[in-house]
Amino acid sequence: MAWTWFHRLGSPPYIYSLAARLTPWFAWPAALLTVAGLYGGLVLAPPDYQQGDGYRIIYVHVPSAWMSLMVYTTMAVSAAVGLIWRIKVAHAVAASCAAIGASFTFAALATGSLWGAPMWGTYWEWDPRLVSELILLFLFLGYMGLRSAIDDVQRADRVSAVLAIVGVINVPIIHFSVEWWNSLHQTSSVFKRAGPAMPPSMLIPLLTMFLAFTLMFVALLLTRLRAEVLSRERSAAWVRDVVSA
Amino acid sequence: MSVSEFFAMGGYARYVWPSYALVLGAIVLNIVWARRALKRARLEALRRVAMKDAT
Repeated sequence: MAWTWFHRLGSPPYIYSLAARLTPWFAWPAALLTVAGLYGGLVLAPPDYQQGDGYRIIYVHVPSAWMSLMVYTTMAVSAAVGLIWRIKVAHAVAASCAAIGASFTFAALATGSLWGAPMWGTYWEWDPRLVSELILLFLFLGYMGLRSAIDDVQRADRVSAVLAIVGVINVPIIHFSVEWWNSLHQTSSVFKRAGPAMPPSMLIPLLTMFLAFTLMFVALLLTRLRAEVLSRERSAAWVRDVVSA
Repeated sequence: MSVSEFFAMGGYARYVWPSYALVLGAIVLNIVWARRALKRARLEALRRVAMKDAT
């Protein structure tokens, strides 16, 4: 009895209508929090005593990097769930993640590069943090390429799931790269045991952006998931009621 | 702080503004992509329903 909600999550028509109902509840708060976070980061937060106004790049760079790791982890976990329990909806979730992840991984790399130019004196350095994030971009692109190369959806699900699961080893490598190796990239200023190393006026806009990006990911994922479920189930009877309405 | 001071970003304008433009571009692109994917999937499903009705 207690598990019926869990089984319903595996049902495509239920997921389709649930995703449709939930999307605005994530999309609108995400939009409002993005505006608030950007205003806080660009206007309210004081300049840094070392980096001046250049540090304000973190308000788009760090949330993008956070997004890239969150999306990859979601993709790998749902791919594993799909592979182990043969749940089609889980595979659809994994497939919906890839393009979102690739674009924000690229954004994290490019904004990091734009921050590195004035602060490090170089746009690119073969540094553990930068290289592992670049590998993440290749993992997303490889996953998408692999899927589009296989016509049979179920085979594409299984093969790409293996790639997604193997690649998840890169996620902790990215996160801990700045501690394990002598990286040029600074260590985390937010997720510290002793608490964040930033005054609240700088930290609050950043946390607002974290929340905004997380909600934005859910909204994007739900919309893509509906498209994915619809195209996988297009000969099913429930689809007629949904698209004719 | 004046408007021109704000846009100058303490001399970092040429790094800060492209960063913000890039990420906002990524957000807009993702919204467009997701909506387009859903629209396409719906049209394709509608086409199939119509085809089934015709036969």
